[in-house]
Amino acid sequence: MSDTLLTAHDLRREYHMGDELVRAVRGVSLQVERGDYVAIVGPSGCGKSTLLNLIGGIDHPTAGSVTIDGARIDQMGDGEATRFRLRHIGFVFQRFYLMPALTAIENVELPMAEAKVPREQRGRRARELLAYVGLGERHDHRPAQLSGGEQQRVAIARALANKPQLLVADEPTGELDAKTGAEMIELVAQVNRDGTTIVVVTHDEDLAHAARRVVHMRDGVIVDDRRQDAP
Amino acid sequence: MLGVAVSAAMLLDMVMLSTGMRVSLRTLLLSRGFQLRLAPKGTLPFDTDATIPDASNVIRVLRTIPEVSTISPVLGGQLHVTVGTRTITATALGVEPSVQGDYEITQGRPSARPNELVASDDFLRATGAKIGDTLSAASGYDPQLRSFTGRRTFLVVGRARFLYMPAEHRAVALPIATLQQMRGAELRDRASLFMIRAREGADVDTVLQHIQAALPAVTAVSIETAMRQVDERMSYFRQLAFILGAVSLAVGFLLVTTLVTVSVNERLGEIVVMRAIGVARSRVVLQIVIEGVAIMFVGAIAGLGLGLVTARYLNSILAAFPGLPAAIDFFVFEPRDAWGALGLLTVAGILAGIYPSWRGASLPIAITLREEAVG
Repeated sequence: MSDTLLTAHDLRREYHMGDELVRAVRGVSLQVERGDYVAIVGPSGCGKSTLLNLIGGIDHPTAGSVTIDGARIDQMGDGEATRFRLRHIGFVFQRFYLMPALTAIENVELPMAEAKVPREQRGRRARELLAYVGLGERHDHRPAQLSGGEQQRVAIARALANKPQLLVADEPTGELDAKTGAEMIELVAQVNRDGTTIVVVTHDEDLAHAARRVVHMRDGVIVDDRRQDAP
Repeated sequence: MLGVAVSAAMLLDMVMLSTGMRVSLRTLLLSRGFQLRLAPKGTLPFDTDATIPDASNVIRVLRTIPEVSTISPVLGGQLHVTVGTRTITATALGVEPSVQGDYEITQGRPSARPNELVASDDFLRATGAKIGDTLSAASGYDPQLRSFTGRRTFLVVGRARFLYMPAEHRAVALPIATLQQMRGAELRDRASLFMIRAREGADVDTVLQHIQAALPAVTAVSIETAMRQVDERMSYFRQLAFILGAVSLAVGFLLVTTLVTVSVNERLGEIVVMRAIGVARSRVVLQIVIEGVAIMFVGAIAGLGLGLVTARYLNSILAAFPGLPAAIDFFVFEPRDAWGALGLLTVAGILAGIYPSWRGASLPIAITLREEAVG
């Protein structure tokens, strides 16, 4: 029996850029099974990041639906969607976007603090997560004191803080050099092996190659969707 | 931040100015515990040269009012002292030395005999006299005869600070009976003013009513009455202070709004990512508002120090106006004023942070991230 975590049905997203109507996503339907690792690839402007934003609940579709674990996030208001993202979805961005005034451990604790996890418990989990991503010794460093790869590791630890069912990542290796990128690919794969469902948008062939399923997009639609053997 | 500090300093100064003179004058009037004053009918104390006749009878009537504790008659006049070829003229106060409320002895002792006087620093400097010296002084001048009248010899027994006179002012105080005698029939048994102290626990307004009933030919004023009249005369200062204070507050508000707006614009990525990872909009707004308040608070603390320094400087300029009592201050620091200014600034900081923070926290997450990535 299949165990579907995410269902996107006939998703469309249109917006105006000046006088021009941009149809970024034009009727995409997608199902992601629990524990899967999906890479969405395609040329720039094909709508893959827009699709990821819709899946992650940080953008609203013009039409269609997004269901995660039985909840229609496209129908949620701002407050409800925010609370849903906090508990169910982890985000990793190309530019890391850590809070510069906070230390690594404080950045990881931030979503847990928002979720009202007791202080002692969140400190313990943040330390475990930093150790998990290989930054066990750098708890008290601020983002400016960390390399790009280290910052992205902190961002992954932050994304995992509230044990989300789904982790969405937009070009997580986009700002990293090849060696650091390879380490990141391995870390993302490890997160998936440990049970977290992952949807990643990337131009990075190596990252896409690490996924179990690769979805190709072009001009706002899925043109290819195939499973591949794990490397 | 400097702008916020300057705005906070100006606000504090204006708050101090709006109440300073009133507080200062009230403190001065109450400094010797006299809550009531009697002046010639229709005047304020020393507002004119008019005097109250039959002073001994006034004292007798006042003593029949049980709530009256102390009566201090004062007669104003002039004293002319010849020093070599020069004549030094000074303000003379005829007082009862044992109950007077016009000066404080800073050196020597109060007058104890009819021919003893105490004098201000400026008088002693001008005449070259010292405590223990003898001076020949006259109380009047006859322009027809071109001669001084009512001449007497005085022993200088003390140096005094005159509470109601400017710091640099030639003044002497001598027994009221002596000054009355020197002025002859013109001022016999007259007084310019009576200062009255009520018994402890007595209701001053009740005492005032009793005096008004017993002495309808004089004007009795309490401190509160005097302050009301001062308020009317000084309303210009309060209005000016209010307007300048409001302008300072508005400038501070706009500065903090600008600072918070710039800060929000520089951190749009951070803000929308906080929203993306599930931080509630209200939490984001709160955090940014706290930053706005922190800016205002730090500026305000710096501004309070700056405000005290500028207030002292401005006070020294205003206090140099001719004729003002040395004890009068235009800017009086009271902790309540500082807290008031700090409270106003904090409220302004909160209001200044709300709009830019709400705007930042309400931006569409996906579009903002895309624009940030492009930018």
